[in-house]
Amino acid sequence: MPTMTYLQAISDAMRQEMRHDERVFVMGEDIGVFGGAFKVTDGFIEEFGPDRVMDTPLAESGIIGTAVGAAVVGLRPICEMQFADFISCGFDQLVNVAGKMYYRQGLPVNITVRLPSGGGFSGGPYHSQNPEAWFMHAPGMKVVAPSTAEDAKGLLVSAVRDRNPVVFLEHKHLYRRVKGEVPDGLYETPFTARVAREGTDLTVFAYGAMVHTAMEATEDLDGASVEVVDLRSLVPLDEEAILASVRKTSKALIVDEANETCAAGAQVAALIADRGFEDLDGPVRRVATPDIPIPFSPPLEQAVLPSVDRVKEAARELLEY
Amino acid sequence: MATKTAGPEGEHAPGGVASEHLTLDDRVALLKYMLLMRGIEERAMNLYRQGKVPGSFYDGYGQEAVSVGSAFAMAAEDRLCVLHRDLGAHLVRGVTPARILGQYMGRDGGVTGGRDGNIHFGDFRVGCVGMVSMLPDMMLVATGLAMAFKMRREARCAITWFGDGSTSRGDFHEAMNWAGLQRLPVIFVLENNQYAYSTPLDQQFAVDPVERAQGYGFPGVRVDGNDPEAMFEATREARERAIAGGGPTLLEAMTMRMHGHAAHDDMKYVPKEQVEEWRQKDPIDRQEARVRDLGADVDALREEVTAAIDAGTQEALAMAMPDPATATDRVFYDGEEDLVLGDGAAPWSGFAVGARDRGA
Ligand SMILES: Cc1ncc(C[n+]2csc(CCOP(=O)(O)OP(=O)(O)O)c2C)c(N)n1
Ligand SMILES: [Mg+2]
Repeated sequence: MPTMTYLQAISDAMRQEMRHDERVFVMGEDIGVFGGAFKVTDGFIEEFGPDRVMDTPLAESGIIGTAVGAAVVGLRPICEMQFADFISCGFDQLVNVAGKMYYRQGLPVNITVRLPSGGGFSGGPYHSQNPEAWFMHAPGMKVVAPSTAEDAKGLLVSAVRDRNPVVFLEHKHLYRRVKGEVPDGLYETPFTARVAREGTDLTVFAYGAMVHTAMEATEDLDGASVEVVDLRSLVPLDEEAILASVRKTSKALIVDEANETCAAGAQVAALIADRGFEDLDGPVRRVATPDIPIPFSPPLEQAVLPSVDRVKEAARELLEY
Repeated sequence: MATKTAGPEGEHAPGGVASEHLTLDDRVALLKYMLLMRGIEERAMNLYRQGKVPGSFYDGYGQEAVSVGSAFAMAAEDRLCVLHRDLGAHLVRGVTPARILGQYMGRDGGVTGGRDGNIHFGDFRVGCVGMVSMLPDMMLVATGLAMAFKMRREARCAITWFGDGSTSRGDFHEAMNWAGLQRLPVIFVLENNQYAYSTPLDQQFAVDPVERAQGYGFPGVRVDGNDPEAMFEATREARERAIAGGGPTLLEAMTMRMHGHAAHDDMKYVPKEQVEEWRQKDPIDRQEARVRDLGADVDALREEVTAAIDAGTQEALAMAMPDPATATDRVFYDGEEDLVLGDGAAPWSGFAVGARDRGA
C-alpha cells in the first residue's frame, strides 16, 4: 500500500472517482490552474479539463446553489470552499435549499461540500473555524470529519457517492502533517465511528485533528488503559459505538476543537447522559475551545485550542475520580 | 438585443398578434391554463376561509399571464424553478388540480405529501424544482441546471421566476453574474408586480433591475406581463437564443399583484386607483376577448375548467391527511434509483411540430 499524506489521500479520492464516474466534477475558487489554495486539485485541470475542474467566481452561495441545480439533473458536484469559514456565505443554499429538498419534495441532492477547517497556525478568526455543529443542527445533511489519510480517502469516496448533501470537514492542520498507508483503488469508508486505540479505563471521544491530540495525550498516562474513539461521522452519529465504549470504560472525556457551546461533543455528552448513565463511573467531561473567535497571535491561539496538556489533565482528573 | 414584445403599458389590442408562433388552439390553451390557475386559487381561498387550508395562502391573481405564457414556451426536456405567484407553470407542466388542492390542504396526496405548504412545491417528475422561501435562492439553482446542460452540451434551457423584491438580495447578483459569465442557457423572469409585500418599487431600488442585465453581459427585456402571448413570445425568443449558445436573458414582466401579499393582507398600502387601473388590463379578460374574436367557444372552455376544478376539489377533499408516524421519514435518501428531474408536458404546438420534424 502506498503511503500518502492526508491531503494526497483527498486528492486521490477525487481523482479516482472522477476517472470512474463522469458525473463527478469539482468546483471552487482558484482550484483550476492554481490547483486550489491548498493544492488539493493540483494537476486536475490538465487531466480533466476546465469544465470538470471549474474555477468559479468568488461566490459561495453561487457555488452551492449551482451545484444543487447540477445535482438534480444528474451530476455529482464536489464543491470546495477555499476555507471552511466561507461556508457562512453559502449557508442558506446549503441549509435551506440542499438540506431540505429531499424531505420536502422527494428529490435528493447529491452534492459534497469540502470544508478545509480548523486552526493551529495563526489563521485568525476567519481562517480557523470548525463550523460542523451548524450543519449537525440543520436536518438533511450528513457531516463527516476524517482524522487519517486512509479515512480521508474512503470517507470522501462515500460522500461523493452518497445521494444526500455531505459536508466533508478536512482539517487543514492535518493536510501535510498526517501520513499513512492508503489502499490503492476506490473504496468506501462507512459513516461510523472507529476505535483508534482500545482501552479499558477511560474513553476519549474526538474527531478530526483532536484524534491526534487525544492519542498523544493518552499514550502514556501513568499506565492507564485509555480508549480513543474517532467519531469520523457526526451525522449520522454512531450512537451504538459511543455507548458501547462507555459500557466498557465507564468514563468519558470528549474533545472538540470547535467552540464549546452546542458543539458536536455536546451532543455526544447528551447522548451518554441520556442513554449511558447506568454505565458511568464519573462525570462526563469535555475539553473544547471556549466560545470566542479564534485569535491570531500564536500565544493567544495556543491558549484556547485544546492542547495535549489540557487533554492530559482532564483525563487524569477523570481517571482519579 | 431586439426582442419585440408588447409594451409595458398593456396597450396590446384584443385580437392583436404578439406572436406568430401560436395557433388558435395554443391561444385557447393559454386562456385555459390562466382560467385553471385563477379558478384553483379562488377555490383554495374558499377552502382557506373554511379552515381547510392550514397556515397561510398566497395567490397570483392578476399575474396569471406571466407563468402561463412563459412556461408555455418551454420544452419537455427543459427544467423550471417555479415561484410563489406561478401556479400556471405547474399546470402547464401537467400537475393536476387535485394534487395542487391536496397540497394546499396538507394532504397525503398533495404534491409534497404535507411536508411543505401552499405554493412551496414542485413535482420533480415533470421537471419542476419547488421553491424555498428564501428569495431568490432558486435563481442560483436554475443557473446550476443550465450549467449542467452546458457542461453536457445538451440543447436544453432552464427558467426561473422571482419578484421585484427579491432582486435586492445577493443571490440575484450571484446568479446574474454567474449566468452571464458562463453564458448559460437560463431565462430569468422577473415578475414586477409593483410591491414586495407592502414595499413599493421606489423603496426597493434606484435603478430598475431590467437595466442591470446589460451590466452582467446579457439583455434585459421588458414585457407586458399581463399578456400571455407577449410573455410566450419573449420567452420563446430567449429560449431560442439560449439553446443556440447566446446565453441568458432577463425578462421583466410588468404586472400587478391584485390581491394582498397573502390571505391575511388587506392591502391598505395600495392606492385604490392603482388597482382599478390594472383591473382594466386583466390578462384573462384580454385573452378571452382575443380568442372570442377569433371564434373560440369560451363559454364551453369555462365550463370545462370549472368541471375540472370541481372534480379536483372532490378528489383532494377525499385525500387522507398524512400519517403522523411518517413525520420523521424521508430525511435522507438511501434508495438505489437515480431520482432526477423528469420531462414535463410541453403543450405548445411548436414542440409537436418540432417532434414531427425530427421523426418522433
Ligand atoms: C430572503 C427573504 N426575506 C424575506 C422573505 C419574506 N417575504 C416573503 S415574500 C416577500 C415579498 C417578496 O416580494 P417580491 O420578491 O416582489 O415577490 P412578490 O411576492 O411580490 O411576488 C417577503 C418579504 C422571504 N421570503 N425571503
Ligand atoms: Mg413583488
